[in-house]
Amino acid sequence: MRIGVITFPGSLDDVDAARAVRLAGGDPVSLWHGEHDLKDVDAVVLPGGFSYGDYLRAGAIAARSPLMQDVVAAAKGGLPVLGICNGFQVLCEAGLLPGALTRNSHLHFRNRDQLLRVERADTAWTGDYADGQEILVPVKNGEGRYVGSEADLDRLEGEGRVVFRYVGGNPNGSSRDIAGVTSENGRVVGLMPHPEHAVEDLTGPSTDGLGFFTSILKAVVAA
Amino acid sequence: MTSVDTVQNAAQHPDDEQPWAELGLKADEYARIREILGRRPTTAELAMYSVMWSEHCSYKSSKVHLRQFGDLPKSDALLVGIGENAGVVDVGEGYAVTFKVESHNHPSYVEPYQGAATGVGGIVRDILTMGARPIAVMDSLRFGRADAPDTARVLPGVVAGVGGYGNCLGLPNIGGELLFDECYTGNPLVNALCVGVMKHDDVHLAKAEGVGNKVILFGARTGGDGIGGVSVLASETFDAEGPAKRAPAVQVGDPFTEKLLIEACLELFAQDLVTGIQDLGGAGLSCATSELASAGTGGMHVDLETVPLRDSTLTPAEILMSESQERMCAIVEPGKVEQFLAVCRKWDVRAAVIGEVTDGDRLTVDWHGERIVDVPPRTVAHEGPVYERPMQRPADLDALRADDAGKLPRPGTPAEIQAHWLAVVSSPDGADKSWVTEQYDRYVRGNTVLAQPEDAGVIRIDEDSHRGIALSLDGNARFARLDPYTGAQLNLAEAYRNVAATGATPLAVTNCLNFGSPENPEVMWQFAEAVRGLADGCRALGLPVTGGNVSLYNQTGDVAINPTPVIGVLGVHEDVRARIPSGWRTAGETVLLLGETRPEFGGSAWAGVVHGHLGGQPPAVDLAAERALAELLAALGRDGLAGSAHDLADGGLAQALTESALRYGVGARLALHGDAFTALFSESAARVVVTTTEPDRVRNIARAAGVPVTELGTTGGGSLVVDGVLELPLAELRAAWSATLPALFGGPEHGTALTVPAGTVPTS
Repeated sequence: MRIGVITFPGSLDDVDAARAVRLAGGDPVSLWHGEHDLKDVDAVVLPGGFSYGDYLRAGAIAARSPLMQDVVAAAKGGLPVLGICNGFQVLCEAGLLPGALTRNSHLHFRNRDQLLRVERADTAWTGDYADGQEILVPVKNGEGRYVGSEADLDRLEGEGRVVFRYVGGNPNGSSRDIAGVTSENGRVVGLMPHPEHAVEDLTGPSTDGLGFFTSILKAVVAA
Repeated sequence: MTSVDTVQNAAQHPDDEQPWAELGLKADEYARIREILGRRPTTAELAMYSVMWSEHCSYKSSKVHLRQFGDLPKSDALLVGIGENAGVVDVGEGYAVTFKVESHNHPSYVEPYQGAATGVGGIVRDILTMGARPIAVMDSLRFGRADAPDTARVLPGVVAGVGGYGNCLGLPNIGGELLFDECYTGNPLVNALCVGVMKHDDVHLAKAEGVGNKVILFGARTGGDGIGGVSVLASETFDAEGPAKRAPAVQVGDPFTEKLLIEACLELFAQDLVTGIQDLGGAGLSCATSELASAGTGGMHVDLETVPLRDSTLTPAEILMSESQERMCAIVEPGKVEQFLAVCRKWDVRAAVIGEVTDGDRLTVDWHGERIVDVPPRTVAHEGPVYERPMQRPADLDALRADDAGKLPRPGTPAEIQAHWLAVVSSPDGADKSWVTEQYDRYVRGNTVLAQPEDAGVIRIDEDSHRGIALSLDGNARFARLDPYTGAQLNLAEAYRNVAATGATPLAVTNCLNFGSPENPEVMWQFAEAVRGLADGCRALGLPVTGGNVSLYNQTGDVAINPTPVIGVLGVHEDVRARIPSGWRTAGETVLLLGETRPEFGGSAWAGVVHGHLGGQPPAVDLAAERALAELLAALGRDGLAGSAHDLADGGLAQALTESALRYGVGARLALHGDAFTALFSESAARVVVTTTEPDRVRNIARAAGVPVTELGTTGGGSLVVDGVLELPLAELRAAWSATLPALFGGPEHGTALTVPAGTVPTS
């Protein structure tokens, strides 16, 4: 199973995402932002980092890179896409996910181990979790506060598109404790926390993040 | 373009007045430059010499002392020693590790965010220059009193700067220090460490070899930042309209450009496109070109007008001096230039051929065809002035040492002991540092095995063999104030012990020596004593010094900081899975104290926090005992016998028990032998608390190693209980320990004033 990991200038957690894919049993494939080439991958991960140094707005420039045009088109055709942290910001800027990520309410970068509640275990990236399950993964960002208009947030909630919520403290002031959301078809998922940093006991606070990557392998087989 | 001072002009007008004094040169230094050149220097040459002969670049006051590090016995592990950008150490399996710590104290006081950020950027480029991929950073920070108004200005900016730059580069911050003392009020210390890893064959050196090879400048464009004193020259040489308004003397960092520079460099190394490389840091192009040429076999020529500029009004001298960040200089074979430029293009890194390696032994620089520099590069880079400054034992030292901390009033009742305990662990030095460390990414790259608040940072370097490294950075200036020789050894011993406590085998030492003015004989004495102590200590522990950094003139007015030798120790883990963490995770483990406790309170946290006292003798150093303890810890790690291990240092046993219990919220029931006060607050060295499920086996191994063992009790429960002394519920202890920094610097849930200029800095 080929899972692409895009490297933009300034991507940082691309090596981590590739490792997580490998540990889950998939084949990570490096994708380069500047090429119109998805290399026949079965799914794509947009990793964390500071693409283009967060200049203009976090994710804004990367969302307009050549490869993202292909990602947007393929996602509309059902290609599963996961955006982590900066990847989530890119997906919002690219219009694949609703809402926006803004400066943390306390104005600091914050890195801590964070409990999340899985609100939807039926997306392409969360099938190995149970509805309501709590998982522990790192969060680390300075612009992770998820915001949207009240009407839009009501609509998202109504459509069941909130995939993760922060539990036991909201690390960045996100509206309604929202940590991650999904597309209408449940194939595109974005979240601020970092499941790829919770895939080994040796280096993570848990191995709870591995489920993202085992889930997608099963989802691709089933599709 | 107006009158540029050329070599020809300098020869024709030998008596022109030059602002050598304003540039910090002494009369005899200026005379020596004239003697070397056989004429007066041009304006550009004067700028180069003045900045390269500054204390910062030339180490002219410290050199005679630092030689002791080079005289240490040869170590098999040392692949590249002092003199290069950073030393390189063999850590096994073909891996080499390079690490170094550097100060950025003065810029961080002027402009906390950018000063600290560019401090991280500079040390990362030093590591990259050696051919290594940077894999982690650490920071050792010192500020004035925690409640001083200026600390509230400086600290949040420094922390945000260290985090902002390191996070954006994708380097985990794995540890460091945060300490407060009045002596740093007008002179905070910001020391940043970077560590990188490569294969033995990948080591690159900073020298220009091969006549005809091209000199390529790549990275950011050159601007007017960080020029400092050289602006004196602008008024002299240029332009009818007078000097342009210059950027501030503190450089401005762009971590995104540096990230691209890292990836580009590593690709250039991998494709074997580089024969020599040097980063541009202090003194910019002057330093890079003269050092490259000086270390090589030939000369070098540079056409300065080919340097890409972001400010077209810069004078040639300013271009040579600019400390614009995120720039590197490479020596490249002509046939590889196209490939080199292609890699740079891929990573959106600007690159320009600015000159070439020549035969002969001169460094020449032209500006639009006119020669403005013609010097022997060694005289700029490596043969600067050397001073044997006068030294004098501080006049107040005898009185200070006679002021014995052992005579201070001690807590008499259990209630007083508890009050003193809480005071120490909730003091700014002893308190939880999460407010700071949560602003640093410790997870990126996925190889962080241990990070702050552990005793040492541990990083995996091979995912298949599980080989890894451990690093600690320590510097107790209170001990060094009382006795710089012993204090430097205590700092070395602490860093060594911290690395050993994770189960690693210590391998090599780096250092950042922060002192006051070398022109003060008492400061010079402190410096010399600290260097001698460190060199003797390294000899006793069998460790090489791989390099280091000296920061002098750290003082407020006439008052020098306490001597602050910050020592970094690198260790190796054959298998990081065997690492020993510092926190208690499991109930029912036996708590053992390894090492001997003596009534030693001079310079202790207890004396400082409770009595505002600094005096007496620092704890005794026993490096043989440190070595035995380290070997014991390595054995315990190897055999999986220690559930946890935590070094005892500032705050003694009280501090260590607090940290181990609060790490995972597991308490303990303990009994102390003898005087409870001494047991809890003494800062005797060579001690570690371990927990184990096999106390008898640990005792046996310790006995064989000659390390005394005292049983303290058993882990478990929701309190720290010391029989007959106190019972502290962990919730109460945690509340005291964790409230201090948020209360001082803005609670995590309360927004604090923004110190970062909006829009200039990436934040997510």
